[in-house]
Amino acid sequence: MEELETSALQEEEFAQKVDFKLWRKLVKYAFRSKGTVFFVIAANIIVAAIDIIYPLLTRYAIDNIIVGSHTERIAPFAAIYVVFIIIQALGVLSFIKGCGRLEMKIAFDIRQDSFTKLQELPFSYYDKTAVGYIMARMVSDVANLSELIAWSLVDILWSGAYVIGIVIMMLVLNWKLALLVIAVLPPLAVICVYFQKKILRHYRDVKKQNSRITGALNEGIMGAVTTKTLVREDKNSEEFRGETGRMRKSAVRAAVLSAMFTPIVMCLGAIGTGLALYAGGMSVTGKWIAFGTVTVGTLATFISYSTGIFDPIQQLAGIFAEMQSAQASAERVIHLIDTPCDIADTPEVIEKYGTSFEPKRENWEELRGDVRFEDVSFAYKEGEKVLEHFDLDVKAGQNIALVGETGAGKSTIVNLVCRFYEPTAGRILVDGVDYRERSQLWLQDRLGYVLQQPYLFSTTIRENIRYGRPDATEEEVVAAAKLVHADEFISRLEKGYDTEVGEGGGRLSTGQKQLISFARVILADPRIFVLDEATSSIDTETEQLIQSAITKVLKNRTSFIVAHRLSTIRSADRILVIRDGKITESGTHAELIKQHGYYYDLYTTQFKKDAISDVLGA
Amino acid sequence: MEENKKNKKTKAERRSEARFVKHMMRGTGKYFVMAAISMIVAVVTVYIIPIITSFTIDYVLLPYAEEGYEAGAGSVPGSIIEWVESIGGREYLLKHLYIMALLLLVFTAVNALAAFLRRTFISYAGEEIAKNTRDDLYTHLANVPFDYHKHVSTGDLVQRCTSDVDTVRRFIENQLLEIIRTVLMVVTAAAIMLYIDPKLTLWSVLLMPLLCISSFVYFKAVKKSFSDSDEAEGNLSAAIQENLTGVRVVRAFGQQKRELDSFTEKNRDYRDKTLKVIYLMGYYWSCSDAIGYAQILLSLAIGVYFTIKGRITVGEMLVFTSYTSMLTWPVRQLGRILADLGKASVSVGRLNEIMSAPLEEEPGKALTPEIEGSIEFRNVSFSYADSSEKVLDDISFTAKRGETLAILGSTGSGKSSLVQLLQRLYTATDGEILVDGVNINDIERHHLRKNIGIVLQEPFLYSRTILDNIRIVEPEADEARVAEAAKVAAVHDVIMSFEKGYETVVGERGVTLSGGQKQRVAIARMLMQNAPIIILDDSMSAVDTETDASIRKALMSRRGSCTTFIISHRITTLSTADKILVLEHGKLVDQGTHEELIARDGLYKRIAGIQNMLEDELGETQTDEKGGEV
Repeated sequence: MEELETSALQEEEFAQKVDFKLWRKLVKYAFRSKGTVFFVIAANIIVAAIDIIYPLLTRYAIDNIIVGSHTERIAPFAAIYVVFIIIQALGVLSFIKGCGRLEMKIAFDIRQDSFTKLQELPFSYYDKTAVGYIMARMVSDVANLSELIAWSLVDILWSGAYVIGIVIMMLVLNWKLALLVIAVLPPLAVICVYFQKKILRHYRDVKKQNSRITGALNEGIMGAVTTKTLVREDKNSEEFRGETGRMRKSAVRAAVLSAMFTPIVMCLGAIGTGLALYAGGMSVTGKWIAFGTVTVGTLATFISYSTGIFDPIQQLAGIFAEMQSAQASAERVIHLIDTPCDIADTPEVIEKYGTSFEPKRENWEELRGDVRFEDVSFAYKEGEKVLEHFDLDVKAGQNIALVGETGAGKSTIVNLVCRFYEPTAGRILVDGVDYRERSQLWLQDRLGYVLQQPYLFSTTIRENIRYGRPDATEEEVVAAAKLVHADEFISRLEKGYDTEVGEGGGRLSTGQKQLISFARVILADPRIFVLDEATSSIDTETEQLIQSAITKVLKNRTSFIVAHRLSTIRSADRILVIRDGKITESGTHAELIKQHGYYYDLYTTQFKKDAISDVLGA
Repeated sequence: MEENKKNKKTKAERRSEARFVKHMMRGTGKYFVMAAISMIVAVVTVYIIPIITSFTIDYVLLPYAEEGYEAGAGSVPGSIIEWVESIGGREYLLKHLYIMALLLLVFTAVNALAAFLRRTFISYAGEEIAKNTRDDLYTHLANVPFDYHKHVSTGDLVQRCTSDVDTVRRFIENQLLEIIRTVLMVVTAAAIMLYIDPKLTLWSVLLMPLLCISSFVYFKAVKKSFSDSDEAEGNLSAAIQENLTGVRVVRAFGQQKRELDSFTEKNRDYRDKTLKVIYLMGYYWSCSDAIGYAQILLSLAIGVYFTIKGRITVGEMLVFTSYTSMLTWPVRQLGRILADLGKASVSVGRLNEIMSAPLEEEPGKALTPEIEGSIEFRNVSFSYADSSEKVLDDISFTAKRGETLAILGSTGSGKSSLVQLLQRLYTATDGEILVDGVNINDIERHHLRKNIGIVLQEPFLYSRTILDNIRIVEPEADEARVAEAAKVAAVHDVIMSFEKGYETVVGERGVTLSGGQKQRVAIARMLMQNAPIIILDDSMSAVDTETDASIRKALMSRRGSCTTFIISHRITTLSTADKILVLEHGKLVDQGTHEELIARDGLYKRIAGIQNMLEDELGETQTDEKGGEV
């Protein structure tokens, strides 16, 4: 949570300086396709050059066709002009295509790298980082950055080239007059950067206010019933009007500021043009000799140049301001890609077993299912030990039930078995070997893991069932579903196994999702089975179905069950009562009942609860 | 879907939308007028500025023109030339050339100011409209019937109230005036150009219709590609979201490679579809650029020819070429604006749909009597509008003022509907409900609800401080009273254990409270209401039995005269009630006191049986807050 808040704060921050080191890392993505970059630059130069040539052509028409009345020169002139138009159109086309390719390539590569990274990052990362946060980095941040880099890279070049080109042309035509016009540029640049920054900051305020409004709307709609029963409709509307009032205020403020920007640039530009007109005119009339001889044609060209130079300058200032504001996004994206993995296979392990993406299954040993904790300690956060000097020996095929209060460490134990986390001290042996000496995939590939809140992917029921074994045949899928009694409700559905389950399985009931997740595990045929059992009540009928499903899944497999259901508890080979990270009671159901300890209390309470829901559910 | 709808808008819908737009724009007329005036000033000055430079070059600097440079008075009207002649003419201006430079500056400044004012006024208008619309939408949504909210998705509504309003606002701010401006510019420029030379004018606008139409066609056509790309982006987002949410399943099945492959495919698909859009853009921009420049060339070449032939002056020719380029790009924009108009119209339709939802009605007498709290249900039946299944079937019972009624029933037995009817969140299909002998349909609904305090099983707290949440119905209440209510609800100590105490903000931006804590805060909130009727809709299910009992005890001693409804499964809670109602499948199957019900076979006895059996066996058991595994 805290991490999120600070990062949210960072989002508001406005980088004071452009951090070029950071941008270089990102620009490197662009230079992965050097060819495209050079192609785009070339296209750009052509476009920029022709933009400069157009006024020259006009000048040529005045000076060389009108003067002397060379009517016969009009046709060839037009022909040349058309050639330039075609070249320019091709240039624009190649430029846009090239930039587009660059943008999409950068986005594709960054997303690819990030996603690969996310597949490797341990669960401790996910505990600290909200899905929404990662989503925002992967989707909008990457889109913004790749767009900025691809198009701005070239915009910088384009605007830069244009300004330099015009400046050179002016200098060549008449360097003294040129200097007069150019003198306006430095103050202009300063004003531009200042304004752009200020405008961006104001728009950020608007955005913030906008998300407050979204929040208020959300609350208004989600809490509609409560608002009705408390008769707060009017008060809420009034408060909402306060928010929209603030929104209007800050939006208008930002709009006024940005409305000011272009006119100011225009005025400054007019000073440059006015200077050129005055000084040029004085030179044409011969009153001033400081600027040498100036023809009327040259003066006309100068004036058109001096009006054309201000747009690109405005653009350059805009890009720098944007880079400053996008800096936080850049940092976050780079940070995601550079996050170190706490749980990683050693190079030797990878050498033999392969990576998660390219496993070398041929070198894998068979997994029997003996699990042994040796003096294991574990803490999610430094100093807050959840397990300390924990020992446990489980033989292949044994069913272990873990009971205890919330936070006692039950889930931690099963997470350690799965190697979703690794012990901070001590070791865990699977089939007698420290599991860190084998690859993560070696273990997790033969692991069946059912969450208390079953998670399904938004695809068909069939695809969900064979998630763990994509090559399973139709018969195998149906057999697995039949085994856990899921087939009955599936075949009652209109589309049967082709039914789409919706986002997160939302179109199915919790019980149905549970059954499908059991079928999924059965099909994957794991050696070790882990069940973090649901506490939420399901109707009795489904409950019984699930119960018989569990019994079938457990057969002949090592299993760890964080148990809430009496029936599961009762039939376990061994029940462990976990309190404060230690085993306080251990034995079969009958043994523990006799002890009249914690387990006894838990069991009787549970019994009562179940009985009530039995009666009410009937 | 939306697209189809849009195309099939009926006349009535259009009329209703027009009314809606008119209502949205209320009070912004003055801004539009000011903006339009500023715009006209801006357009006029924009035309004058090039005239100043061309006049200077053509008229003032005429004697110094190179050989063959045929000069004239440019496009400056004769009357001004006469006036210039009268104050000393060319010689005077030659001597005081700075006048021309200053004129240029002044007109640019006026133009700049007008441009600034135009944008300022139009953003006043746009923001005002956005505010009005949002306020209206919010108020409307707060006053639609309860049933409406059960049938809509929050995300969709929020989306409409934010993005759609924004689309409309953006269209108003950026494009409404732009249309007028472009038309004005075209007209003015055409007038000036026609004044100079009608024939050349024709040549100078020859390709413009082509430009406008082609951009309109393009922006309509590209929509499909855009939505393809949007869809691909949606798929990509969904793939990431799913992978992240299901990360445990992915790892537990060792499916990282497959996930990466499927992601890669979606990533590639998005890249390719977006590239297609960009390529289309490339074709469009390059082609329309070519058309635009071809138009400029046409005007230049013919202009040059006419100049040589002596029809026009060099200055006039320059005016033509500069006007042509001034017109080319706005005309290209016009096509795009027209395409955007379609988008804005879809948004207006979506917003109007919300505003067209009927509001809660007050068909009865709207009485506001002092409510004491006796309640009677007379043969009340209820079914939802869209189904014939009876949720409640012929329910009759009475509750005297100050009595406690408990309701027992399984999920779906109609318990919640019963209390919703009492608050007029729904209206009974048959029968009548009387409060103090008055049919509740004749009691003004706000008045009725103010007199009923309810706590839901999953209460909703506003994302503000706990203090403000508890005193939400009475914001002026002092902290002592709030603390007193919190103590009755047995949540005071919990609140004090937070770092910021009563100032702790709850919800998204603050602390997440557990289910039991939320329930207790909601009970405290309800207490502040001082209502004569109280409903506890399974509202202590997440509170342990002991606390439950102590809260009930405190409630009893605090306000003995409250008529109280308690929905619960706990026999200890039920047994203390004056009357217990047993609901099954919408029917009232039994009612009576604990003693009466325990003596009869039925749901109550069965539940009490389990409870008693275990209680005898184990003594008092403790169930802590059933937070469960997190």
